Amino acid sequence: MKIVVDYDLCESNAVCMGIAPEVFEVRDDDFLYILDENPDESLREKVEESARRCPKQAITIVD
Amino acid sequence: MSLEKILIVGASLAGLNAAKALREAGWQEHLVLLEAGHELPVDRPPLSKGFLLGTTEVERLQLPLASEIDALDIDLRLNARVEGFAADDFRVKLENDDELSAEGVIVATGSSPRRIASWPKAAGIFVLRDLAEAQELRTALAATPSRVVVVGAGFIGAEVASSARALGWEVTMIEVASTPLQRVLPSQVGAFVADLHRSNGVDLRLNSGVDVPLLDGDGTLRGVRLADGSELECEVLVLGIGASPNVEWLRGSGVPISNGICCDETLMAAPGVVAAGDVAEWFNPHFGERMRIEQWDNAVESGGVAARRLLSWAEGDPGEPYVAVPWFWSDQFDAKIQMAGRPAPEDEAVLIDGSVESGKFAYGFKRGERCMGVLAVNRPRRAILARMAMATSLQWDAVVPG
Repeated sequence: MKIVVDYDLCESNAVCMGIAPEVFEVRDDDFLYILDENPDESLREKVEESARRCPKQAITIVD
Repeated sequence: MSLEKILIVGASLAGLNAAKALREAGWQEHLVLLEAGHELPVDRPPLSKGFLLGTTEVERLQLPLASEIDALDIDLRLNARVEGFAADDFRVKLENDDELSAEGVIVATGSSPRRIASWPKAAGIFVLRDLAEAQELRTALAATPSRVVVVGAGFIGAEVASSARALGWEVTMIEVASTPLQRVLPSQVGAFVADLHRSNGVDLRLNSGVDVPLLDGDGTLRGVRLADGSELECEVLVLGIGASPNVEWLRGSGVPISNGICCDETLMAAPGVVAAGDVAEWFNPHFGERMRIEQWDNAVESGGVAARRLLSWAEGDPGEPYVAVPWFWSDQFDAKIQMAGRPAPEDEAVLIDGSVESGKFAYGFKRGERCMGVLAVNRPRRAILARMAMATSLQWDAVVPG
């Protein structure tokens, strides 16, 4: 699983961080950082939920 | 019992997420999705912002999951407005007199913008909820900028005011309360919103109400008379006075209705009937109160929760409470406003981060030893950290580390 974020869409709403903090972090500079672009399969459910609940639909999971 | 047919009423965010959750749970039977409109609804948040500004085009308004309708094997019925339901024999009646039966129903009929019943329909008076309404308002605001009156300083009104200013319009915002958002949030937040709008050139009139629209001979809007008798000239008037849940079709059906569809802690309203999104009113045990939430993230989350609840009900399972920590965002001028939790106007607003003057700050809302919510402006990290903490505990010290 590989995570791709469209930074043209991302507005740093940080919903993804609330669901999968192991993978996504919005820092004090207001930018989203991907902590692990190829997270373990055990995190798939959380990452999929993050993608679904992103208000800008900026997260894509490439299998 | 295994359900052989489920009806989802309403194909917006909550309904589509319910459909997705049913399939993800492995339920493979006949899934019918009823939508009143002639096409799928769009994603609504951009309608008051980028879409009005012309920076977000209609192709970018597709709902998440809209492209998965076929893959999810959904029997989508458009132009299918529901008119009635009988909870005892599970028959849904459509406006065109068709009837559909099912063994489980997921209600996701959303809400509709309030209008002023005594006002005539007139060119120049707008509400904002669906794509057609947004397109009409966008067209009106694309004309040579002139004067717009926004009635109501809630989130929709405030976002429309912000967009109209960006397009060069003179904006007057009329609010009946003495501070914006007075019914839902402590006054410090309303004071910030008021300052934000005034410093960006909005003529904000508090403690002020509208009386009647003023129309030309041909029925076109030329202004509005206020409750104090004064008159404002304007070419465009937008009503942002809240929304009402779409529950009329359920009156007399046996499904309990209060301020929305009256659900138990698990989003179940009657045997085999669950609700999600704007229409669902339920007891959230985490906050210890009944709530109904008109927010994007709640539509996504509750759609899945309601769908799984319907399946667990069929298995005779008592289900689990829906313990959401509400969360929303609003973009107004240069402020990204985000709030987690469920504060009340009486809660004590404590500045927990930054300063209001700097435009980057957060308030925590204190009730006894609990933190009922955090509102952050241009501090997304602070808002989401609070939400994460509140999911575990509302204890002030846990949400707001010293």
